[in-house]
Amino acid sequence: MTRSYTLAAFGCLWCAAAVAADSNSVLIRNATVHPVIGPEIQNSSVLILDGRIAEIGPKLVPRAAIRTIDARGLHLYPGLINAATNVGLAEIQALRDTVDLDELGLFNPELRAGSAFNPSSEHIEVTRAAGITSVVSLPGSGGRRVATGGILIAGQGALMHLDGWTWEEMAVKPGAVMDLLFPEIETGPRQEGAPPRPDKDALRQYTERLRELSEFFEQARRYQKAMAARGPDFRRDLRLEAMIPVLEGLQPIAIRAERERSIRDAVAFADKEKVKIIIADPREIGGTGPLLKERHIPVILGRAFQLPMRDDDPYDGPYTLAAQFYRAGVKVCFGTFDVQFARNVGFEAAQSAAFGLPRDEALKALTINSAEILGVGDRLGSIEKGKFGDLILTDGDPLEAKTNIRQMFVAGREVSLESRHTREYEKWMKRP
Amino acid sequence: MWPVCLAVLLAAATAQLGAAEALLIRNATVLTVTKGTIQDGSVLVEDGKIAAVGQNLSAPAGAIVVDASGKFLIPGIIDCHSHTAIEGGVNEGTVSDSSMVSIEDVIDPTDINIYRALAGGLTVSNVLHGSANAIGGQTVVIKLRWGKTAQEMLFAGAKPGIKFALGENPKRQGYTPPSVLPPGRPAERRYPGTRMGVEDVIRESFIEAKNYQEDWQAYRLRVARGEHPLPPRKDLRLEPLVEVLEGKRYVHAHCYRSDEILMLLRVADEMGFKIRTLQHALEAYKVAREIAEHGASVSTFSDWWSYKIEAFDATPYNVAILTRKGVLVSVNSDSDELQRHLNLEAAKSMRYGGLNETEALALVTINPAKQLGIDDKVGSIEVGKSADLALFDGHPLSNYSKALRVWIDGHEYFDRDKDLETRPDFERKKRALEDKDSGIPHLPTRR
Repeated sequence: MTRSYTLAAFGCLWCAAAVAADSNSVLIRNATVHPVIGPEIQNSSVLILDGRIAEIGPKLVPRAAIRTIDARGLHLYPGLINAATNVGLAEIQALRDTVDLDELGLFNPELRAGSAFNPSSEHIEVTRAAGITSVVSLPGSGGRRVATGGILIAGQGALMHLDGWTWEEMAVKPGAVMDLLFPEIETGPRQEGAPPRPDKDALRQYTERLRELSEFFEQARRYQKAMAARGPDFRRDLRLEAMIPVLEGLQPIAIRAERERSIRDAVAFADKEKVKIIIADPREIGGTGPLLKERHIPVILGRAFQLPMRDDDPYDGPYTLAAQFYRAGVKVCFGTFDVQFARNVGFEAAQSAAFGLPRDEALKALTINSAEILGVGDRLGSIEKGKFGDLILTDGDPLEAKTNIRQMFVAGREVSLESRHTREYEKWMKRP
Repeated sequence: MWPVCLAVLLAAATAQLGAAEALLIRNATVLTVTKGTIQDGSVLVEDGKIAAVGQNLSAPAGAIVVDASGKFLIPGIIDCHSHTAIEGGVNEGTVSDSSMVSIEDVIDPTDINIYRALAGGLTVSNVLHGSANAIGGQTVVIKLRWGKTAQEMLFAGAKPGIKFALGENPKRQGYTPPSVLPPGRPAERRYPGTRMGVEDVIRESFIEAKNYQEDWQAYRLRVARGEHPLPPRKDLRLEPLVEVLEGKRYVHAHCYRSDEILMLLRVADEMGFKIRTLQHALEAYKVAREIAEHGASVSTFSDWWSYKIEAFDATPYNVAILTRKGVLVSVNSDSDELQRHLNLEAAKSMRYGGLNETEALALVTINPAKQLGIDDKVGSIEVGKSADLALFDGHPLSNYSKALRVWIDGHEYFDRDKDLETRPDFERKKRALEDKDSGIPHLPTRR
């Protein structure tokens, strides 16, 4: 709570009494507003009514029964979006009982991350404290292709607000993306200590997986036709039914494809199947820029803070990856594809900016680009009239570690920035 | 014959290291860490040492002059917890006390992660044995002199160390259920399997070490009296522990929970030695007072948490709480990746607990230098110290900055421009090799 707000509250007891604790209307005055879709506006105000941004302007007048916050000296940004995490689905990585990722089976399009999202996960508050108001939670970890005998379709990733009493209240778009782990040519050993697989075997397995994937889509298409025909023998099949929004181009597939070759093959696959895709967690661009640009295929970037894939790759390969896609004319946004470091997505973007991505593009890649890529550009990602009141008040650039996030609003409701981390801090600083 | 060989070898080594030319870095914002910030500052380097720091220094004849206008110069970054440059496995995990093995014997100077770390401003690493055993192997401090031999990378004069480990890692081999083991491998259980057992292993080993130490003391006493006794049998496992008892070797102890931290401090008190650093120590904030009283220090992660149950009560405010309660703290990497941006890890302490810029930068420079007992040589920009320097294009605590050039002992080991220049040629050669290979292109060479 800023000091000015405290004064304002005391100065207007009637207002304070009239404002319900979970009010979703608020007037933020005198902030430096960063709408993201346009240049910053000094000394501006933003009015949120019933959870949505109602007005932006230099001199909005306080209204009775609406809380006013004087944000002089502070910056107002749209809440950040982490476009790929496992938040809500995993608590403690090493304890399998606390992890709900990587269901058994090659094809699980019917699985819904949204309804397994634990609204009491400690990671929600921790992630939120870094200025992140929404995340996509994916049902696959991406790291267990070999160990589990392979996953191709992990299920549906959900776009969640990081505030709410239940997962239902938190859901912004429950079936935001279909999580597909595109086959990779895997030459590594099947388990530690075993010899690596010969290239030939790896290639054979890759081709086999591609064939299985095509067959599954073919199966889904036949089901789509059967469902439309509604013949007497028609029986519901949840797995295939879940593919219909994908086949209709309503739900994008977030295709995890690491290497140039798998990105090319994924694009060819999307061409053939005529489905909408997003390339997720690529590790290199290779020559795929023009392919992606031409088809308007966007990218959810994974962590910039990674080691280069190969010993002889440039040391800054992962740092420059975002800039490489951006320069190729591909729309990018950022994810972390994990839980523990979901809060650091802003730093991933800043690191990419240190290595060639323009700074304003880094911010877009955490806000408006993410929203547009996830199909919620009309509701999230910028400070614009009609959008959710997902806002953060900061004392500086939210991509800088030294910056403090002072206040946060999710759909107009102020949410606490406390977490078990701040509570431990306060508790143990007091120990004599 | 031997002295001649040795002399030749020494000469060769010296020739390779070379006598550094004078170097003047001018017009930088110099963040000395210990002596404040100098705007438009210059640093003069002679014979590998910092010869002068100030404004308007002039270059001696023949000196290399670097114009660093608009850039920031800091002391080389120091990592108090690294496993980089270790050939093969980091753990000799078959015994619960492996103090006889040493990382110094397995330094791999060709590990590409050395260069990658240099490119992030890192110049010194404390290379540790793994955490599979209560008492692990001997550790070694290296300078990242990329291109040199393993021997030439050793930090001359740095006190040797030994790794201890508490909690989940050392006890894991005591209870790993057969279902988690690779098929066909029998369950090999190894004491200890509990935190109580971990404490016991350390106490038992030091009782042995003390007996061993007494045997040698008695022997030396008798020799001094002019007697000719048989010497005690040399024990390579107990020797390093005796060095710990005699203050000649630092203990770097991997730990997480506050109970085990306190246990180790009390065992050390009982046995009469000191814990130099508590590594990771994610719950150190709960026993800050006891740590300070013992004289131990903490080397921790900036914000890691929740990856296992003993890391669930972590808080990124650990650094701030410990700092405010008088404990010397450093932020380390424990990772080939994280060591590439320790400056940014340090910056997080400004958000989590409000450390100021100097305090934050100290977490990865002078503080780890103190912890490793090398703060008379490195860790800050001061006259007389080694010229281990890193030049950044912006403030090193800004997430938008990157390292441009790095010097160790006044020699340049990283230059981003040169790195960029050599890439096209390197890429051409690589393609040519790949074209010759009939296999599948672009396969990873490691992991």
